[in-house]
Amino acid sequence: MSETATKPAPKTEEGTERRLNMIEAINDALDVSMGRDENIVIMGEDVGYFGGVFRCTAGLQQKYGKTRVFDTPISECGIIAAAVGMGAYGLRPVPEIQFADYIYPGLDQLISEAARLRYRSAAEYTAPITVRSPFGGGIFGGQTHSQSPEAIFAHVSGLKTVIPATPYDAKGLLISAIEDNDPVIFFEPKRIYNGPFSGYYDKPVEPWKRFDASVVPEGHYKIPLGKARYATEGDELTILAYGTMVHVVEAVCREKGVEADIVDLRTIVPVDIETIEESVKKTGCCLIVHEATRTAGFGAELSALVTERCFYHLEAPVERVTGFDTPYPHSLEWAYFPGPIRIGEALDKILSE
Amino acid sequence: MADRPHDDAKLGDNRPKLSLHVPEPKFRPGDAVDFSHIQVPEAGAQPRPDETTKPEDMLDFAHGLIRVLGEDNKAHGPWDPKLDPETLRTMLGHMAMTRAFDERMFRGQRQGKTSFYMKCTGEEATSVSASMALAADDMVFPSYRQQGILIQRGYPMIEMINQIYSNRGDKLKGRQLPIMYSSKEHSFFTISGNLATQTPQAVGWAMASAIKGDSRIAATWVGEGSTAEGDFHSACLFATVYNAPVILNVVNNQWAISSFSGFAGAERATFAARGVGYGIASLRVDGNDPLACYEAEQWAANRARANAGPTLIEFFSYRAEGHSTSDDPSGYRSAQERDEWPLGDPVMRLKNHLIEIGEWDEERQEKMDLEAAEYVKKTTKEAEENGILGHGLHHPFRTMFEDVFEELPWHLKEQAQQAIHERETKFPEGLPNGGKGA
Repeated sequence: MSETATKPAPKTEEGTERRLNMIEAINDALDVSMGRDENIVIMGEDVGYFGGVFRCTAGLQQKYGKTRVFDTPISECGIIAAAVGMGAYGLRPVPEIQFADYIYPGLDQLISEAARLRYRSAAEYTAPITVRSPFGGGIFGGQTHSQSPEAIFAHVSGLKTVIPATPYDAKGLLISAIEDNDPVIFFEPKRIYNGPFSGYYDKPVEPWKRFDASVVPEGHYKIPLGKARYATEGDELTILAYGTMVHVVEAVCREKGVEADIVDLRTIVPVDIETIEESVKKTGCCLIVHEATRTAGFGAELSALVTERCFYHLEAPVERVTGFDTPYPHSLEWAYFPGPIRIGEALDKILSE
Repeated sequence: MADRPHDDAKLGDNRPKLSLHVPEPKFRPGDAVDFSHIQVPEAGAQPRPDETTKPEDMLDFAHGLIRVLGEDNKAHGPWDPKLDPETLRTMLGHMAMTRAFDERMFRGQRQGKTSFYMKCTGEEATSVSASMALAADDMVFPSYRQQGILIQRGYPMIEMINQIYSNRGDKLKGRQLPIMYSSKEHSFFTISGNLATQTPQAVGWAMASAIKGDSRIAATWVGEGSTAEGDFHSACLFATVYNAPVILNVVNNQWAISSFSGFAGAERATFAARGVGYGIASLRVDGNDPLACYEAEQWAANRARANAGPTLIEFFSYRAEGHSTSDDPSGYRSAQERDEWPLGDPVMRLKNHLIEIGEWDEERQEKMDLEAAEYVKKTTKEAEENGILGHGLHHPFRTMFEDVFEELPWHLKEQAQQAIHERETKFPEGLPNGGKGA
């Protein structure tokens, strides 16, 4: 098991438990980082005076001033490009894209510029930027407030992609992302901003404060990028997931009495291959779960990696439970979402082999 | 049309038929060229407003043409930078060197020493003269046609050639297409193949300088064709919104590969006029007039340094040569254009000016041109000792995997091992050059 794949949830050193939801944890990470490094600047649509449409940057402009936390024109290309230029100057920008669905106008700057700057200049110039963006569905966000475009970024050499699943991880991973000298796409699963999601949309959200993973230490701490975490441990099969789906598969396994290694990948690129191999070789079965559409989704890469590296340990074909290959629908959201039924059937299929 | 129900097709019959306007350049191959439609004002006719003038009070400058050097080869009017003769000779020297460099590298490509080259012939003033008006530590975000900046800033020519040859001396380790230089030491930003991306990045750099209370400014160069990219809009917008200390230089050389400037909107408005809509002070300058180029850039730099905001400069010029070594302009434009171009040649104009004021003569010019050619030739020979493209003397192949990230992640380590294995399979007797140049 990797060094950081620990559970149960951590406690603060002083023993005082401070419980935050994911929004508060992200806000805390930004606050802590800005306090430590005066080269960090935050910019994006509505992030300044207003504090962000999800409140992730609330209070930061007041605390650090409007030349360090400021609103931008509605131009994702401009936001990313300005961040790249600021990074070239020596700042450490943390731009926000209001929804991952709206990151596409900034793609040329991310793919052709931020991701390639270090390589093409032989490390003369770098882009130490962290692009924060709420992503994922399950909130009746329809086509343009629900997407999970992580596979697009996974395919780009030079970008790291990070997705937290708990408030504790959100803070530690975000601080690591900001301090990392490579460009990082930091996708925040907005469905679990306020509490983990079981996949049962008709049940009320349980707030984060009822879960140990909401214990967020004060001050500075980091969770290394590229290291997965065991959300639960079990011998029956390995489930690879990240973001919201970690909690959905946890709930389904609990309900069905399946004892699984649920590996919360936390970082998509570079993915923690050691933990994946360790778990799959132990269990012999692997289920991959993500919200994003199926074809050429990140699950395909995971499936290939597992098949290549664990083939002789596999007792069943690697299965994928994903969103369907359609744009994200509004009214039919819960028919689209890879929920308990789809996951449960996949579990039955794997475990019956 | 497909969406209109067939039965309703007659509904529009009493309205005039619409027609699509597709711009067409005035001259195609074989055509006689007449540039009399280009308005060339008298040199010195334009006033020089204060650097802090409000953008809305500068509309005339976005539509006019700032000129200093007249037909009489004398400097005229308030935009004359009044540079001392030594500085003028230095300027001429950098432009001549840039031209000599272009000639040699173009031939090098034809001789198979590299894959690709792009000249800036006819546009030397827009880089050399403009760059001379900046401080050495002002950050420049160039496109691929401002090699004159590197020459003006004293970047070692051998490094330029090493990069063009992708040889073992190439600081960019053979990763980049020729001419996509990068030099942090010379405040020269890494050139990207993706057009106009550098323009909003320059604005971001300038914003950062302002955030930190620095005194350095940024300048970026973009061709008129690339102003059509969305990034250019972002650059103008962010520059004006944050009053960024940046100069947006648009080199209007009339051509974007085979497309004339009309496809970037030149039929309706000047490129400088675009700045006006954003509330950016905008100047339109004779791009083949080295003195006007220098002084316009100086004006914009002064403005930026005074926190008075960004400036957009359109350098009105002409791309005298093909777009690149992969281009043949005789396929789309009249060969006469270059000779008929009403603003002449920047090197000749500065040379004639220096002769006119008694600070230069044809003999010295001939000697300087010869020395420039000899210097480039000598430097080329030195660079060739590091190898030329495809002759093996390039960087070790393992460097291909470095600098994707700060550290090699596991998957790149594995792929590097694969590459090593492939080399060992190909060279079972051991790698050539002791493995270094394989």
